[in-house]
Amino acid sequence: MSHTGTERVKRGMAEMQKGGVIMDVVNAEQAKIAEEAGAVAVMALERVPSDIRAAGGVARMADPTITEEVLNAVSIPVMAKARIGHITEARVLEAMGVDYIDESEVLTPADDVYHINKSDYTVPFVCGCRNLGEAARRIGEGASMLRTKGEPGTGNIVEAVRHMRQVQSEIRKLTAMSRDEVMTYAKEIGAPFELLIEIREDGRLPVVNFAAGGIATPSDAALMMELGADGVFVGSGIFKSANPAKFAKAIVEATTHYRDYKLIAELSKDLGVAMKGIEMSTIEAHDRMQDRSE
Amino acid sequence: MTTIGVLALQGAVREHLRAVKACGANAIEIKRKEQLAEIDGLILPGGESTTIRRLIDSYDFFDAIQDFGKQGKPIFGTCAGMILMATAIKDQDTAHLKLIDMEVARNAFGRQVASFEADVEVHGIAADFNAVFIRAPYVVKAGPDVEILATYNEHIVTVRQGNYLATAFHPELTDDNRMIAYFVQMVKKAVAST
Repeated sequence: MSHTGTERVKRGMAEMQKGGVIMDVVNAEQAKIAEEAGAVAVMALERVPSDIRAAGGVARMADPTITEEVLNAVSIPVMAKARIGHITEARVLEAMGVDYIDESEVLTPADDVYHINKSDYTVPFVCGCRNLGEAARRIGEGASMLRTKGEPGTGNIVEAVRHMRQVQSEIRKLTAMSRDEVMTYAKEIGAPFELLIEIREDGRLPVVNFAAGGIATPSDAALMMELGADGVFVGSGIFKSANPAKFAKAIVEATTHYRDYKLIAELSKDLGVAMKGIEMSTIEAHDRMQDRSE
Repeated sequence: MTTIGVLALQGAVREHLRAVKACGANAIEIKRKEQLAEIDGLILPGGESTTIRRLIDSYDFFDAIQDFGKQGKPIFGTCAGMILMATAIKDQDTAHLKLIDMEVARNAFGRQVASFEADVEVHGIAADFNAVFIRAPYVVKAGPDVEILATYNEHIVTVRQGNYLATAFHPELTDDNRMIAYFVQMVKKAVAST
């Protein structure tokens, strides 16, 4: 008797990605560069976040032609994004054999109240979070992997740092709480009580938590690992840089050896210009992707 | 005390460390090849085999791991680790560490949606091991010196050749430590015989 789509199989898939880099790609050629550089997975997209930001309008699931092209190009896992709450986009991606779905605020939400009930699916999901409450709600809905939201497509690490620190700090606070305090805390942060009890016992989330949203250099990737990320997503950073192959390889090595500072110095030499980046205060409230869901 | 290292370049390292400790051995992360001198046995964990191979090359681990094995020290590969240990990989021109005389097929059961758990009989180790297969490989062909310890739906999923052990599934993802305990015993015997 065998069972597919179990919690262990779905969460386990994310465990295997630990210490690795997941790269955004928009075609087969980029996917191959990412695989060659040592990416643990690729995220198939129609546009990278910085281009989505620049283009404006409604961002949707990628054209299946692109996703299929990427699926056929590499042997590493392929992820793809569905709009928040878009049950059908997610089912379509699952039917196409995508290995992981990102229910992502980078795309324009399809439902501004409900997220997808991810427990219903055989394919695992990753979701963004800014704090422990958001992390716990997504896990409660069946997410098998988390990532910080950061602020995608900005090349600015500050929001990813904020979100990683926030989650870590709330977990530390939780572990020091008595059981009766946890119920009130659960109410305050809008998190499932039983899940908080589990996190309090283990001292960590029951799923891996990657960093995402604004990673633009090897040092940025290493910083996120230092802050406790299990791995990193790099979106616009790689293929918006001057030399993507070299840049991708440097990010992979900096993630593995995030405390080897001499190595990171070497890796960072002659990488060419990193993406320009956007300062947070210049982004209008309605352009902040991280605030598109809670 | 017996010390077992887990190659910590990428993948499910923490789970193996936990399992090894639960079996009463010392467990350390191996990030530099010099650390191989400190350990009695090595685990190549699950992860992405192409990524781990790239990092093995970047950090000059390739010959060091092969030498470690040639000294008779046990090596255990799980999932991606099994792929790294094979002498041949289906549909690929090159293989990696070539420690076990076998050909493996990558993602042999299919993509992630086909990943599964099933009870598997592992000869001499467990009659009903809850095996977790994640985008798992299996052995297509095994050489005459390779001992087949488990099959699933007629596909070979656990093998041993001398001091080398490999599983297509992830024994580190459950609380059933019998598979890891078996490897710890292999390491203890190897230490005792030197």
